[in-house]
Amino acid sequence: MNLLLRNVRPYGEEPVDVLVDDGVIAEIGSGLAGDEVVDGEGAVLLPGLVDLHTHLREPGREDAETVESGSAAAALGGYTAVFAMPNTEPAADTAGVVEQVWRLGRETGLVDVAPIGAVTVGRAGTQLAELGAMADSAAGVRVFSDDGSCVADPALMRRALEYVRAFDGVIAQHAEEPRLTAGAQLNEGVVSARLGLTGWPAAAEEAIIARDALLAGHVGSRLHVCHVSTAGSVEIIRWAKSKGWQVTAEVTPHHLVLTDELAESYDPVFKVNPPLRTQVDVDALREGLADGTIDCVATDHAPHAAEDKESEWGAARPGMLGLQTALSVVIETMVLPGRLSWRDVASRMSEVPARIGRLAGHGRPLEVGEPANLVLVDPQARWTVDPAALVSKSRNTPFAGRTLPGRVRATVLRGRLTSRDGAVLPGFGRQVSYNRPGDQNRVGARA
Amino acid sequence: MNRHLLSAGDLDRATAVDILDTAERLDHALAGREVKKLPPLRGRTVVNLFYEDSTRTRTSFELAAKRLSADVVNFSAKGSSVSKGESLKDTALTLEAMGSDAVVVRHSYSGAAHRLAEWVHGSVINAGDGTHEHPTQALLDAFTMRRRLRGGEGDLAGLRVVIVGDVLHSRVARSNVLLLATLGASVTLVAPPTLLPVGVDAWPAATGFDLDAVLPASDVVMMLRVQRERMTESYFPSAREYARRYGLDARRMAMLHDDAIVMHPGPMNRGMEIAAEVADDPKRSTIVEQVTNGVSVRMAVLYLLLGGADE
Repeated sequence: MNLLLRNVRPYGEEPVDVLVDDGVIAEIGSGLAGDEVVDGEGAVLLPGLVDLHTHLREPGREDAETVESGSAAAALGGYTAVFAMPNTEPAADTAGVVEQVWRLGRETGLVDVAPIGAVTVGRAGTQLAELGAMADSAAGVRVFSDDGSCVADPALMRRALEYVRAFDGVIAQHAEEPRLTAGAQLNEGVVSARLGLTGWPAAAEEAIIARDALLAGHVGSRLHVCHVSTAGSVEIIRWAKSKGWQVTAEVTPHHLVLTDELAESYDPVFKVNPPLRTQVDVDALREGLADGTIDCVATDHAPHAAEDKESEWGAARPGMLGLQTALSVVIETMVLPGRLSWRDVASRMSEVPARIGRLAGHGRPLEVGEPANLVLVDPQARWTVDPAALVSKSRNTPFAGRTLPGRVRATVLRGRLTSRDGAVLPGFGRQVSYNRPGDQNRVGARA
Repeated sequence: MNRHLLSAGDLDRATAVDILDTAERLDHALAGREVKKLPPLRGRTVVNLFYEDSTRTRTSFELAAKRLSADVVNFSAKGSSVSKGESLKDTALTLEAMGSDAVVVRHSYSGAAHRLAEWVHGSVINAGDGTHEHPTQALLDAFTMRRRLRGGEGDLAGLRVVIVGDVLHSRVARSNVLLLATLGASVTLVAPPTLLPVGVDAWPAATGFDLDAVLPASDVVMMLRVQRERMTESYFPSAREYARRYGLDARRMAMLHDDAIVMHPGPMNRGMEIAAEVADDPKRSTIVEQVTNGVSVRMAVLYLLLGGADE
């Protein structure tokens, strides 16, 4: 059975019909016919989104998220591929664990789940994990990170950068000098001073980025900087790129719009690492994303169980949900104000992250013969974020109650609809069981 | 007055002066009585929820509540809520179910009182949250300054206050800066630069590093406790150097004008931030007086928060 996307606008341009058959784009034209039809009503068609940075919490914290529930959130958010960070329990630092995560992703079949391997054993920052074994595994790992922790030891970081060149890998660094952030809770500045929360200085991020950029330049390796959050970091990355070094960077949706003043409520839903910064930083991040200094948007989707957030600020875990709101935040902060075109969105949220992660079949042009990994978004429609209606197992969205532009009309993975008008559609694999009774987004429910 | 007292910044001038006036009235009402008890909070329940050891603050609140005839329950949750196992929220719901009218909370995490206020229907009084605030300490300090230097009336307009020491980690300093600004005093913070927070420029206070330079023009010198552990974290090189540069000794005390007073929230590190002869100076030191005034001010806060004024 083929699938027809009728009256859709590739990259927001002229409306066409797109026929998908056998997992690829079979025909682009007008007046086409198909078996299953989605009437796009002029919605924007983009390559399926690719997220370089998610926490799917499996194995270990299946109460907060699973590969299944995270995949469902991704499908609803317009993603066709997500990279899963290795800070699980146990850490994904062996071929066995990354293959497990990869296999769970395949079985769910809603998005391609690409595991990220830990750089060091147990993410402890002392000894290299078996990076080659993870690269050679069925998961084919190309991105390595100790995210949540920084590879702080400069000699170890240098070796990791060098070592992964053998299989075209990249080190994705969580840039945080730990000696400068002991006990840190919030961006160090006016707000942290007033609230009596231990400050997380911008310099702790910038110092590591500068150091790692120099190392990457020195040994000719690929460095990817996770969740850039400060104006100074943008400047340093701009400088590193001007040298011709292979340095790429991502920004999260929340750092594009939220500031540290939200911490005044002491509600830990706004606690995240790196922390929310100031409006000056937000403006610099938007500018950096617009001019390409920052290569891509990645969610840092970080689900947490209620008890890890319904607490004192200092006791709460850092992190925010992101998969179901990312595209809307990018539309609001970057597309509607004219900072990014839809072609740019395709680049920053699909093509470039797929390239950084060396992920085949994603982030491809919308052309005949290309894999049918697609997202259809109605940029006019607005919706109000209701934490209880999110399909993630956790509720820690910082956007609760906010009305955002952009509804995902449909997500297509290799020619099959994975979400349509807010409902998750069944994957390739076994029937999944994460839904709560009465959940309208229930897997298996037809729109 | 609001339902809660979470931050000294919540108080406007009129409310703050009303608390101080009420404390004076309650103080006078009790003076000379054989039985130190007034009836207004009879039948009300006040819970002291202390996640940190603080005998002096807990005892002060307990005495204040009992002198107003409230029932007092001490709920001591030693260690953090996390290490204890029960969450702050669950504890809040438990207290709520027991029918507490007010919760006095001391906690090692900044913002804990704010969180608690979202989960209980009764009043929450912040008795110190992490390195954030300690509003009743600021009120008792203001009460003490007003009695000594303003005849126990009005606000503190024109009063020159210098606060010395570990401002970075001090909830006493944060609450005092806010309240003193509201009451019209001018505040100067003196500390080694390592112990002033980044962002202090936005506070309604001047800052400086030279204690000798500001003492002659000060009416009040408030010394903050400096923990010796700060030394091992490289905030300053040694106790001796700290005492020499920022401690209040007899030489420095002699630089003050005749009416100037010396305050300390306690507990003191004698020989570190304050010399024994200064702490015990009968004319200038208000340290013991602050403790006495603490009970009066906390009575006023409980009285006003729990609606005693309406009865």
